[in-house]
Amino acid sequence: MEKAKYTIGVTALNAIDNPGPGVPVIRALQEAKSFDVKIIGLSYEALEPGIYMHDIVDKSYTIPYPSTGTHHLMNRLREIHDIEKLDVIIPNFDAELFSFIKLEPDLKKMGIHLFMPTIEQYEERQKVNLPEFGEKYNIKVPKSEAIFSLDKMPELEEDFKWPILVKGKFYEASVAHNFEQVNIAFNRISSKWGLPIIIQEFIHGTEFNVTGLGDGKGNTIAAVPIRKQYITDSGKGWGGIAVTDKKLLEITDRFISSTKWRGGFELELMKDNKGDFYMMEINPRIPAWIYLAVGVGQNIPEALVNLALGNEVKPYTKYDAGKMFVRYSWDMIVDLKEFEKISTTGEL
Amino acid sequence: MDIKKDVAVSDSGFVFYPTTGESFSVNPLGMEIIRLMKDDKSFDKITEYVVDHYNVESSTIEKDLLDFIEMLNHFSLMEDDGEG
Amino acid sequence: MEKQQYERPLIKRLESKIPNKFGAKPNLIPITHIDEVAVKDLISEHGSPLFVISEKKIRSNIRKARKAFETRYPKVQFAWSYKTNYLDAVCRTFHQEGSWAEVVSDFEYDKALHNGVNGSKIIYNGPDKTPESIKKAIQNNSLIHIDHLDEYYTIQETADALGIKAKVAVRINMDTGVYPMWDRFGFNYENGQAWTVLNKIMRSDVMTLVGLHTHIGTFMLSAIAYGVAASKLADLAIGIRTKYDHQIEYIDMGGGFASVNRLKGSYLPGVDTNPTIDDFAEAITTALINADFKPDELPLLILETGRALIDDAASLLGTVISNKRLSDGRRSTILDIGVNLLFTSFWYEHPITPAQPFTQYTEDTVVYGPLCMNIDVLREHITLPLLNKDDHVVIQYVGAYNMTQWMQFITLRPRIVMIDEKRNVNIIREREHLDRILEFEKVPDHLKKFDL
Repeated sequence: MEKAKYTIGVTALNAIDNPGPGVPVIRALQEAKSFDVKIIGLSYEALEPGIYMHDIVDKSYTIPYPSTGTHHLMNRLREIHDIEKLDVIIPNFDAELFSFIKLEPDLKKMGIHLFMPTIEQYEERQKVNLPEFGEKYNIKVPKSEAIFSLDKMPELEEDFKWPILVKGKFYEASVAHNFEQVNIAFNRISSKWGLPIIIQEFIHGTEFNVTGLGDGKGNTIAAVPIRKQYITDSGKGWGGIAVTDKKLLEITDRFISSTKWRGGFELELMKDNKGDFYMMEINPRIPAWIYLAVGVGQNIPEALVNLALGNEVKPYTKYDAGKMFVRYSWDMIVDLKEFEKISTTGEL
Repeated sequence: MDIKKDVAVSDSGFVFYPTTGESFSVNPLGMEIIRLMKDDKSFDKITEYVVDHYNVESSTIEKDLLDFIEMLNHFSLMEDDGEG
Repeated sequence: MEKQQYERPLIKRLESKIPNKFGAKPNLIPITHIDEVAVKDLISEHGSPLFVISEKKIRSNIRKARKAFETRYPKVQFAWSYKTNYLDAVCRTFHQEGSWAEVVSDFEYDKALHNGVNGSKIIYNGPDKTPESIKKAIQNNSLIHIDHLDEYYTIQETADALGIKAKVAVRINMDTGVYPMWDRFGFNYENGQAWTVLNKIMRSDVMTLVGLHTHIGTFMLSAIAYGVAASKLADLAIGIRTKYDHQIEYIDMGGGFASVNRLKGSYLPGVDTNPTIDDFAEAITTALINADFKPDELPLLILETGRALIDDAASLLGTVISNKRLSDGRRSTILDIGVNLLFTSFWYEHPITPAQPFTQYTEDTVVYGPLCMNIDVLREHITLPLLNKDDHVVIQYVGAYNMTQWMQFITLRPRIVMIDEKRNVNIIREREHLDRILEFEKVPDHLKKFDL
């Protein structure tokens, strides 16, 4: 039987030291067994390396930053769609997820399919809402409290044990061992990311991650847990290994079935010294290390595309443990003409 | 009023200065002016050219040309001939 | 030979880190017309700067808001928040659309009466109600929303002296999970203050408790908080019903809905992220309907929405005075609009759009006002097409608070026009003249003469 060929737009082509998931997602799609692909790179900046990888990306277009508004993003996507006839877009940048979720119904009318969490799922798993999330779905989360002022700290001292984590609303966290350090972290992080600041119980233990895919009806389509072996200064895994802990898969199933999660995700979990797992964070998108999941037998991007298009998808139930990923960087030689072209015309 | 000799400008409005590896972009009139400068046209000649070809008062182009040259200086694309 | 359209020469460094929009298609289209009237004509007729209000937009906003609530809840009443914009023409548009008046001072109260609003349809809010205005409000059967106990006693004495029963409601503040909590107005729900005053009112023979009121904040970005607030007011109402067998007439949810403006520092524009009127309506009405009211005892729901109904119905037109280059190479543009006219530019990033066609070439620009004051900055950073001296711009979403909080400072305040539904341009406030300003001033005799 002839395989279908889909045109798929992929963002986050920033395969840099703090990499976006775009390039590994594309590699996964190129290895898909159920279809062939034409890849359209969607980039925000002229130096996103994926633009210049011609065996990865068939054609690239710049798109406006989400901060300029969905209206402008939609206009640009319409122009690209007129030329390329996109079947699916896989957005991979944190900052753009909200905008794409908003645009999903309009894109669908044009024939472009997404497979993303609902806006409720997206909001519910925000860091600030994590305690309610844990309670609602019966998932252990570290004790945390959102505070708007340092005056709250003395009250909290009774509930928390030192050290504690001081976290920003969107990004950044630091460990504090005393009030003085809370003070410094509170001011530094709030000046950058605003209020509230989240005071969180510090869980001693080992970090595990799970990437997976929910079909939006409560079924687990894929799930691969790993332990990161080496973490860079910017907190990114530079090496990781697939693990077989049944508890991790149970938590993932519970997460998917109770939230009816739709789309790809990454769970960040901490296993404490007693062997209990705590959910630290839920990223509502595919992680940058997704290619390991493909390598152990679960092609999550492929399954996501099939779900987006309404094709039948059989859940993955197995994966090969004992495989690991080691990331490396690679210097490409690029003709300035190419940089000129993407910079001046917005296409390459 | 000399623009540095190795500043290259392409038809797409892409300006490249190989000495520092920096790149810039110009709009169509900016591109024309850089080409005129590379042909050693004087300030007055360029003004005259623009007034002849565009719908503009000479006072406006004089002011805008000064500003454009200020930016070329700002980006170190002009020869230091004591004029800037 | 036909001469080409001029656009000033431009060179920009291609940065690899910051957003590089060069080459991308223009993000903006010029705003050449407002309600089909040319910006150019408006300015040549009425001068620059100029506030332009769209009557059509006001009417469509209030109709949309009413629809959002009325399709979800049986009894709904809007009251126009005078402080948001108390130009008579604006207020009367809202009154024509069925809105009552919501006022917070003696001055606003009189303005509502002057506009012909029946006293019984004036809601009197705020912490500063003078004894004279309280007397007037009692006599006119207005709805007095008590803010503090001192006011309670004034009402008690005044009503007693007049021998008229005052219709009162209590303003309640509460924790709805949002920050900052507006606990400076009204009585607190959680600590029992609310019940203290409610008990007093219920036992007073010169007051009738007609409603409960809250106003949880301003430019609220969470609809959920309104649901929480509505539940708490419903709890109180049901408590009063149980304890005193007294049924209140209404629950007033106040205002505070966010408009489409973009708060400074927010990553995504307001139109994308701010809850819509439907989101607020859903949260509030769901909470009320799910509360334990008997079906035939659902209270009237009052909304004092201001900003969300008027912000995007007004624009401020202006003119480029000059373009300058700052010492660090940044472009700056000076407009004839200062922060004295656009107070809200301190917290919003108002969209500024040229009123004439332009190309896709843009420059990062600082936009200054004309005041000889360093704080006169309208936008610290905006990507604008190449503007020339005397070009016109349109600043959008300026309808709320600017035409009430503006200042006569350095310059005189400009004219305000309203475009009606037949596209007629009506002057609704004249530009100020030196004579009018001088009318307020007096010069002592010994200062009348001087020699220089």
